[in-house]
Amino acid sequence: MAKHHISTTINGEPVEFLCNTEQTMLDVLRDELHLTGTKEGCATGDCGACSITVDGRLVCSCLMLGVEAEGHSVETIEGMADGDQLHPLQQKFLEYAALQCGICTPGFLVASRALLERNPNPTEEEARYWLAGNLCRCTGYDKIIRAVLDTAADMRGAS
Amino acid sequence: MAPDGTPDLKVVGTRPIRPDGVDKVTGRAQFGADFQLPGQLVGKVLRSPHAHARIRSIDTSKAEAIPGVKAVMTAADMPEITSEEAFVGEGPADFKDMSGNTMARDKALYDGHAVAAVAATSAAAADAALAAIEVDYEVLPHVIDVEDAMVEGAPVLHDDMFTSGVDPKPTTPSNVAKRMVFELGDVDAAFGKADIVIERKYKTAPVHQGYIEPHACVAQYAADGQVQIYCSSQGQFMVRAYVAKLLGIDISEIRVTPLEIGGGFGGKTLVYLEPLAVVLSRKSGRPVKMAMTREEVFRGSGPTSGGTVWVKIGAKRDGTIVAGDAVLKFQAGAYAGSPVGPGCMTAFAVYDLQDVRITGYDVVTNRPKVAAYRAPGAPISNFGVESAVDELARELDMDPVELRLKNAAKKGTKAAYGPTFGDIGCVETLEAVKDHPNYNVPLGPNQGRGVAAGFWFNIGGESSATVNINEDGTAVVATGNPDIGGSRASMAMMAAEVLGIDVERVRPIVADTSSVGYCFLTGGSRVTFATGMAVVEASKSVVNELKARAAKTWDIPVDAVEWQDGRAVPAGSNAGDFEPLSLEDLAAKSGRTGGPIAATSSLNAQGAGPGFGTHLVDVEVDRETGHVKVLRYLATQDAGRAIHPSYVEGQIQGGAVQGIGWALNEEYIYDDQGRLENPGFLDYRIPVASDLPMIDTVVVEVPNPRHPYGARGVGEVPIVPPMAAMANAIQDAIGIRMTELPMSPPKVRKAVDEQAAAEE
Repeated sequence: MAKHHISTTINGEPVEFLCNTEQTMLDVLRDELHLTGTKEGCATGDCGACSITVDGRLVCSCLMLGVEAEGHSVETIEGMADGDQLHPLQQKFLEYAALQCGICTPGFLVASRALLERNPNPTEEEARYWLAGNLCRCTGYDKIIRAVLDTAADMRGAS
Repeated sequence: MAPDGTPDLKVVGTRPIRPDGVDKVTGRAQFGADFQLPGQLVGKVLRSPHAHARIRSIDTSKAEAIPGVKAVMTAADMPEITSEEAFVGEGPADFKDMSGNTMARDKALYDGHAVAAVAATSAAAADAALAAIEVDYEVLPHVIDVEDAMVEGAPVLHDDMFTSGVDPKPTTPSNVAKRMVFELGDVDAAFGKADIVIERKYKTAPVHQGYIEPHACVAQYAADGQVQIYCSSQGQFMVRAYVAKLLGIDISEIRVTPLEIGGGFGGKTLVYLEPLAVVLSRKSGRPVKMAMTREEVFRGSGPTSGGTVWVKIGAKRDGTIVAGDAVLKFQAGAYAGSPVGPGCMTAFAVYDLQDVRITGYDVVTNRPKVAAYRAPGAPISNFGVESAVDELARELDMDPVELRLKNAAKKGTKAAYGPTFGDIGCVETLEAVKDHPNYNVPLGPNQGRGVAAGFWFNIGGESSATVNINEDGTAVVATGNPDIGGSRASMAMMAAEVLGIDVERVRPIVADTSSVGYCFLTGGSRVTFATGMAVVEASKSVVNELKARAAKTWDIPVDAVEWQDGRAVPAGSNAGDFEPLSLEDLAAKSGRTGGPIAATSSLNAQGAGPGFGTHLVDVEVDRETGHVKVLRYLATQDAGRAIHPSYVEGQIQGGAVQGIGWALNEEYIYDDQGRLENPGFLDYRIPVASDLPMIDTVVVEVPNPRHPYGARGVGEVPIVPPMAAMANAIQDAIGIRMTELPMSPPKVRKAVDEQAAAEE
């Protein structure tokens, strides 16, 4: 079967790609567009390592088809920093040592940004429930939650 | 010098941003599945749907005929390996078993056991090929439970397995690979001196390491026989050694390039895909990329053992423990080699006992072959022993921390497994718990507090490092250990400390197997201790060379030069009056003073300091649902000296939370056909952020005298105490002793119902 021609926006840039009907957005990002910052941990929507936003909405890219990107705006971890200027969440994750192996980190950062865009002042409990769809096996979440809450405080102070 | 005699340090003990951090927060870091080569094929594995089956034949002809399929392989494409002990990994292993586990030869021994593999130009073609392979199975009776497997008449997995460690050696095969006994004093006589004896049996479920990154690799076999492997693992040298052995290839022909590793916890201390990818590349003439799905990770890669732990302890009325006895039965999965040995050795190591005995059984069952998992074996025996000690404290009406302090191992304690402890921090971690505010927080209804202490050996081992000084006075430190949790930072920090320069001027790299000296794998909590020691030694050699260059420049004897704060200075006024020469100055002039400045150290690090930790947890039990909520959690641990305290805390927090998952939720569930029913993160539920409170840590520092900065391994101790601490807290909350893991809602609910029925 012929591939589909998809026109979309990824990290602010217009992007066109070809994909098969059954190809997930995760596979398109990784295998067709070589944006491998989005990770596969389970491919069943349970781990959040493949988190992206589509028109600002947080989704697991493994549960979305590539063809569904047509006409939408996709943001991945690769678009989070502004050139060599890290996003405040990225900087805080480094300062707090909120990563060990780093495989879940892109997903956590994308999901955390989506949280702070909706709720600039989350409680610890709100942050923990928002991020409950992202699995981390290294850190026990402590330093991740602290980094997110401290970023939120900083960003509130700056705005 | 600090008052305790340790040197004043400028870098060690600080918290710089890790050198690989930006790569990992921007998505730039390349993990196992992120790498690719031009023209690579997709490799996939066909796995047995049966728990135990003889493979009568495999017909691959239809698969080979599918367009796009470039290679199909079975065990017939791998050399037959004779039995030989493997020393490269973390636990005991046999190369013959390892080969059989990589690809089943005569029998499939578990649901998920690899039986064939294919390489094709697309994933769809590879999937079609797997479906077209015809395997003729003769399904055999299977056995899943460890004690069922030990019963006479149980289905036997290996007809050449005769229990070792029993006299006389059995003449009939069984599933018991080995029996072992560790004994100190006269245990039976010592129980006669006890006023109180606690005796109980406990059970744990097998649990998976649960790293978020599935196994992945790319392999290329060239026409001249040279092999390139790019993969994520806990040791590129381990991968090289195992692939060489399993495929009969000279080590010099293989080059393994480590990619970033997305978690391992012991589960990536052996090979699954790499030998298959090499064979498929050899057969197809193309690079082959293979990656497991999450389901394959659960079905086909190693969890750790489940087991039974029978414990008997005797104590005097004053709380002195006079005797300890334990019998451990661990299932190893399909091949011998459970961590029952370390389970035995660590069982009572927290205590100073004169009379102690631990007996262990290593038992095969129709489950995936177990792999190392963080302090392999210790959490299982600790769950039994530390639960029993809690029962003892209740019988004695004694504070559980005081009971442990009264009996704690200390300098001079002879452990049941042989050595006499030197400087250790067991008592200090117990006291840190007592001193912490969590110890006195008032508890409400259905809330309880539990404590448990744990031990892990920590290891050293073969390690290499190269330090190169660049022309501008910056440095590159190359080691051969994958950075699984921030070790690049600790390597750079120790080099910077010795060289006397800012840590930002040191670039640490994890080099491939052809670019740095041999390093034993990343495991056993060894890297910061052992490979760190190689980094310190190489850095010291560089400093000696820098001093020699300064001496040459000034034309004075080298022993008249000192290295202070990254500069060569004359040693006192007698040495002469010269302007100090900085590392930058000396590096810039190195071409004129003798050439490039570099040093390598290869050593076998001895003296890894034993690690101790004590955990204190408060829980609240919902009697209606059986749900256990963790209210607060404290982990104290002796780190010797924390090189980068944030990553030490992170290890402790992460280990504790893995232990909480082990305690409350995680288990392998099999149907009556021996098929795994929960091979995914939805049904195999690891802790998520909303399950947990912050994990409080107290890092105690009792310096390890065998490390230049006093460091001990820290990664494994924190997974040892949580299961017993949680069980003890549940007992405290609702008055029920849970003896079986996981203490999941259905089990807790059932126990509550039984308690209510008994009270009626």
